[in-house]
Amino acid sequence: MSQQALAKPLDPSEIQNPDPLVVAFCCNWCSYTGADLAGTSRLQYPPHARIIRVMCSGMVHPNLVIDALTKGADGVMICGCHPGDCHYIDGNLKTEKRAEAIKLMLEDFGLEPERFRLEWVSASEGPRFAQVMQEMIDGVKRLPPSSYKTG
Amino acid sequence: MRDPMNSSHDHGKRVGAALVVGGGIGGMQASLDFAAAGIKVYLAESGPCIGGVMSQLDKTFPTNDCAMCTMAPRLVEISRHKDIEIIPLADLAGIEGKAGDFTVTVRRRPRFVNDECTACGDCLKACPLGKLKPSDDPKKPQPIPDEYNMGLSFRPAIYIPYAQAVPNRAVVDPERCLYMKTGKCKLCVKACQAGAIDLDQKEAAVTLSVGAVVVAPGYKLIDPKVKPDYGYGTYKNVITALEFERLLSASGPHLGKVMRPSDKAEPKRIAFIQCVGSRDNERDYCSAVCCMYATKEALLAKEHLSPDLRCDIYFMDLRAFSKGFEEYYNRAKSHGVRYIRCRVPKLSEDPNTRNVRLKFVAEDETKREAEYDLVVLSAGLKPNPSSTALKEPLGLEFDQHGFCAAKPFSPVDSGREGIFVAGVFTEPKDIPETVIQASGSVARAMELLAPAKGELLAKKEYPPETDVRGAEPKVGVFICHCGTNIASVVAVKGVVAYAQSLPNVAHAENVLYACANDSQEKIKKTVMEKGLNRVIVAACTPRTHEPLFRNTIREAGLNPYLFEMANIRDQCSWVHMGEPALATRKAKDLVRMALAKARLLEPLQKKRVPIQKGVVVIGGGLAGMTASLTLGRQGFTVHLVERDPELGGMMRRSRYLLGGADPQKHLSDVIAAVKAEKNIAIHLSVKLEAVEGCVGNFKTRLSADGRPSAEIDHGAIIVATGAREHKPDEYLYGRNPSVLTQLELEERLSHDGLGKAKTVVMIQCVGSRDEKRPNCGRVCCASAVKNALKIKELSPETGVYVLFRDVRTYGFKEAFYTEARRKGVVFVRYDETRKPTVAEEGGRILVTVWEPISRAEVVLPADLVALSTPTVPHPENKDLAQMLKVPLDPNGFFLEAHMKLRPVDFATEGVFLCGAAHFPKTPDETIAQSLGAAARAATVLAKDAMELSANISHVINDGCDGCAYCVEPCPYKAVTLLEYMREGAIKKMVEVNESLCKGCGVCQATCPKKGIVVRGFRLEQIAAMVEAALTPAPLEPAPAPEPTEEEAKT
Repeated sequence: MSQQALAKPLDPSEIQNPDPLVVAFCCNWCSYTGADLAGTSRLQYPPHARIIRVMCSGMVHPNLVIDALTKGADGVMICGCHPGDCHYIDGNLKTEKRAEAIKLMLEDFGLEPERFRLEWVSASEGPRFAQVMQEMIDGVKRLPPSSYKTG
Repeated sequence: MRDPMNSSHDHGKRVGAALVVGGGIGGMQASLDFAAAGIKVYLAESGPCIGGVMSQLDKTFPTNDCAMCTMAPRLVEISRHKDIEIIPLADLAGIEGKAGDFTVTVRRRPRFVNDECTACGDCLKACPLGKLKPSDDPKKPQPIPDEYNMGLSFRPAIYIPYAQAVPNRAVVDPERCLYMKTGKCKLCVKACQAGAIDLDQKEAAVTLSVGAVVVAPGYKLIDPKVKPDYGYGTYKNVITALEFERLLSASGPHLGKVMRPSDKAEPKRIAFIQCVGSRDNERDYCSAVCCMYATKEALLAKEHLSPDLRCDIYFMDLRAFSKGFEEYYNRAKSHGVRYIRCRVPKLSEDPNTRNVRLKFVAEDETKREAEYDLVVLSAGLKPNPSSTALKEPLGLEFDQHGFCAAKPFSPVDSGREGIFVAGVFTEPKDIPETVIQASGSVARAMELLAPAKGELLAKKEYPPETDVRGAEPKVGVFICHCGTNIASVVAVKGVVAYAQSLPNVAHAENVLYACANDSQEKIKKTVMEKGLNRVIVAACTPRTHEPLFRNTIREAGLNPYLFEMANIRDQCSWVHMGEPALATRKAKDLVRMALAKARLLEPLQKKRVPIQKGVVVIGGGLAGMTASLTLGRQGFTVHLVERDPELGGMMRRSRYLLGGADPQKHLSDVIAAVKAEKNIAIHLSVKLEAVEGCVGNFKTRLSADGRPSAEIDHGAIIVATGAREHKPDEYLYGRNPSVLTQLELEERLSHDGLGKAKTVVMIQCVGSRDEKRPNCGRVCCASAVKNALKIKELSPETGVYVLFRDVRTYGFKEAFYTEARRKGVVFVRYDETRKPTVAEEGGRILVTVWEPISRAEVVLPADLVALSTPTVPHPENKDLAQMLKVPLDPNGFFLEAHMKLRPVDFATEGVFLCGAAHFPKTPDETIAQSLGAAARAATVLAKDAMELSANISHVINDGCDGCAYCVEPCPYKAVTLLEYMREGAIKKMVEVNESLCKGCGVCQATCPKKGIVVRGFRLEQIAAMVEAALTPAPLEPAPAPEPTEEEAKT
């Protein structure tokens, strides 16, 4: 097992926010398991995400996302099962629809689109989990710290 | 042998325990079904862990579902089940006694690692053999091939077979361990801080008392070296399909990067060669899964590498015969997978490039050549070599290939009473058929063991629960070192100190292994001594360890739901190994987030709903009767509902079967047995008017002649409504009396014989595999072979021509196809773009077909024409599906909950499926599936009350204003809107049916008013975690090097 980093490091000149905070909601059955597998496989990604386990990505209320972003999170990610893999028939498809609504709301709050992502990660996709984490964190590092951040 | 038609009438001893041999997906299913039916299970596995071949698969066809995603929850369920005891490294030594009361001796090879192992992995790193690199020097020691990755990677001599392995403990390979060979080393023993390794462990014999045995030892791929011309083992870039599966897997040797063995280059051209080791003179059977797994692997390879990747599949007949398979095959073709019809005689290797060359004769008899970067051999299936050792002790009969072939009409009976069989052990088959047979075996065993159910189940006594309502949270936090797994990155003591500074934390300490027995005791003691009312463990993942800790605090008198975990290993120390300061800060944050939720946790109870003991079986054909009979014999009340005035269904028309078994004899035996079974009430000529309620508590109303005839309360439903024969409107059918369907030909042959017919032409795929009905009919090829053989039996000189697209005689049916050809039946392929034509000319029938080998039209004068038409779903399925709230597939068959692992369940709990209502199938397949559906229904009916999940939705009176936004999105239709009068006004609010709710929380995320929540994942609990995440712990300098064992213990 290797400790490889999966994406190229950011060019230091690109980094506007070296220590961002990302809140990630992961569904118990696929993405959270994928996140565990990234660990079992010792895949490395930056330590800026805080994972919250939910039973289904369809459980994540849009208010949780908006609240997190307007209270200072630099980014929010929802991870669910791939379409067709949902443990609860089609909860993830509801998440997908809500994500569209969340994306529209970002603009109203003056937030960059890179601050929110919806990703599908299966239970066997440890590498993919590490990769989407890396991409998400790199994305928010390129932005200035959240304007909602206090203190 | 015990006659499957007769229930056992002797009242000998019945032991309420069963032995399951084989821990693959079949053995796992049998274990879970037994345990749910009230039987104590011993699950004996020859290897170090359960999971079988399915654990090695990347995805499964035809849905491309992730194999591990679907099977991991089952692995975990078995590992925690109080009534399933896994016996790994087990060899069956002997069995004595009789059905209902066996004494089994099992030899247990040493694991050299005891139960103290926490799977931390420290020993793996310490083993010097794990550091070996492959070398061309034969004198140097070679690294140990990793079995899970099919030798494509290497492992130490002490190893954990795969990440999700159950039991999740290390095992020592005694063949390679240095200490075993030289008496020196023991580095693993030194590295293990749990003291779990005992290299002097010896083999032990275990004696078990069981009432029945289910044997499901599974399979291995046939070693392609049986075909030396393919160069497997010599040509580096010729690999097996299972090796390729590991290359595709994200948990495989290159983490899902597909590279060929010789130079790690990304292949641009891949060939798949079918039927390696099967469908030949030596093994005249079809392995039944290879056509589809090759198709899957080609599709996945394109997904992984590039849509332009060249994938060519060399095949003889493409056997896409099951539900959704033909559609999957069509999809592969539309994605550019090429299918080339030929048998590849030989491969050769270019010594410079290591590319593989392939010479073959195409269907038009031209000689062709092709070159590939990688060749994948679709090796066939053979019984697991470990099953050979079962023959003697179990007294079973094996065929020449080592299969324990079952008799027709008793597909899961071994031939020895009380011993049942499942999976590839009896015949090559796919996952769903294996799962079906496993459940079916349990049904047959339960006919025997029903009187003893519940007798040997573990009973657990807990102290009364402390009432924590209204009390200020007093939280205990236990932070795990996991040996060095956490402590080498995260400054555990710093996290402890930080936790102590947080509000409501009454106790915080570090433990070496939180999951070890001594820590469990420590947690219990601390809870009681300090009066803690919430517990947090910061360690590994709640997916595997939460149940353990919940049980621990329950033993200390706390409600098990007053527990929260912080994942500081899998999602922290292991993924931030080079950044101790940031990882430590993250661990603190994760603990603070867990605390935020823990303070809001409340005690939860699992609600229990009483279960109605009866079952309604819809459909009185072979499927419905088989299911009814086994359930009746198990003591359940069965209502068998049939709309016709008599029992028997489609099978009434069947006259003979391949192999000579007599279907009418079996049918009349079953009908007589059903009529004689006192627990079965037969309702004939009735209509299903309504089905209400949900699992455990259904109410069904029947009518006869338009008047209500019965109202039945029951706990489960089995759908066995069958299907019907498709009547074609082509090839002169209905216009010329000599054009028949296969079934009509069968009836004619058995009533009137062949008459004067000198030439019979059969046309396959009439009304199937086309745009209107894309699915394959599954059994029509075998029906054609069956009728062709019957004709040859009646009149060897009669010419029989079978015009086919692919001959799909899967499994052991292949031998009959061979026999037909040997007896002179002529098989002529036709192309779907050039279908045969049937014309009448001067009183004769002329069948014209374009023959692809001679590339010419052939005209066959025929006295009889038989059309192979598929079995098609009843149009009424739609109404029934609506009534039961279950789905249909695009072809109109009922759609099961999961194509691989839940083949007889519906997503709607308490409703089960079997027979042709699911998809066309042979009688033995129908019987197995009906037994399987019955076993699954029995898992519901066996209990007096059903335990519902505690983490389900709950309506908050003050929040809900009856807007009903949550009603429609609920995937389980568990939410309904109520309207009622309160204080003179109409009050609206929603109600949750707790028996239907699964706790997904879609309602909670839809509600604009915080009016509906999921217990244990309430919006405010999640919001508190978010809030906590937003105020990070202070970043402190990198921690000191990891503490020593002594430090950790203090």
